[in-house]
Amino acid sequence: MPGSGIGRNTLDRVLQIDQATYDAIVEHARRDHPVEACGMVVGPIGTDRPERFIEMVNAAGSPTFYEYDSTDLLQLYRDMDDRDEEPVVIYHSHTATEAYPSVTDINLAGEPGAHYVLVSTQAHGNNDGPVEFRSYRIIDGTVTEEEVTIVDAVAPSEESS
Amino acid sequence: MAIEVRIPTILRTYTGGEKAVDADGSTLTALIDSLEANHPGIKDRLVEDKGNGIELRRFVNVYINDEDVRFIGSLEATLADGDQVVILPAVAGGAR
Repeated sequence: MPGSGIGRNTLDRVLQIDQATYDAIVEHARRDHPVEACGMVVGPIGTDRPERFIEMVNAAGSPTFYEYDSTDLLQLYRDMDDRDEEPVVIYHSHTATEAYPSVTDINLAGEPGAHYVLVSTQAHGNNDGPVEFRSYRIIDGTVTEEEVTIVDAVAPSEESS
Repeated sequence: MAIEVRIPTILRTYTGGEKAVDADGSTLTALIDSLEANHPGIKDRLVEDKGNGIELRRFVNVYINDEDVRFIGSLEATLADGDQVVILPAVAGGAR
């Protein structure tokens, strides 16, 4: 079962994600299998709401590594800046191992505020079937798993009117 | 001479939370030294020792006026007053 509780110790953070975005991440991972798929779901700064799904190209094109193209990376961050957004979910797939951050994932995690989502396609590859979908925060080399709650739609932003 | 440098979230501990700081230098190496003078510790997050010198860390991206410095001389890339520098950590990882 996903979310078996490994490392769920001090932080009771939860990733709340809507069904359509969850499905889009899983679909991307299946489609790109056996290459690792990667992308982000960004949202308004400070809201922790994954609202805008962005598939990224894995410039490494590898079954064991992913990296955004440097030009794509700059464009992504410029767009977020213009829209007052930040990375809420940073996802990628593992295609032959479990959905748990590798040493590489931990060492390269550069967004302490983000939910790092890992999807494993090792069981069914390009085909339908359950996938492991797990979320973590990674801060200063420490991995903490968090619960994933799938909702129909993420509740609208609470802005004072 | 002032060059605006955009600082990514993970390095803002060195800039007192500032998203952008001014620095100067006619090359990227000089610019990084200027950053280090005002924000001690930041240089080590950007470069690493290589042989007798230093090089940009593999998973740090630096752009001068939207160009990845790896295509324009890396640490030797030249800078002029008014240039814009953006630092972004690579988004990378994987099972290996």
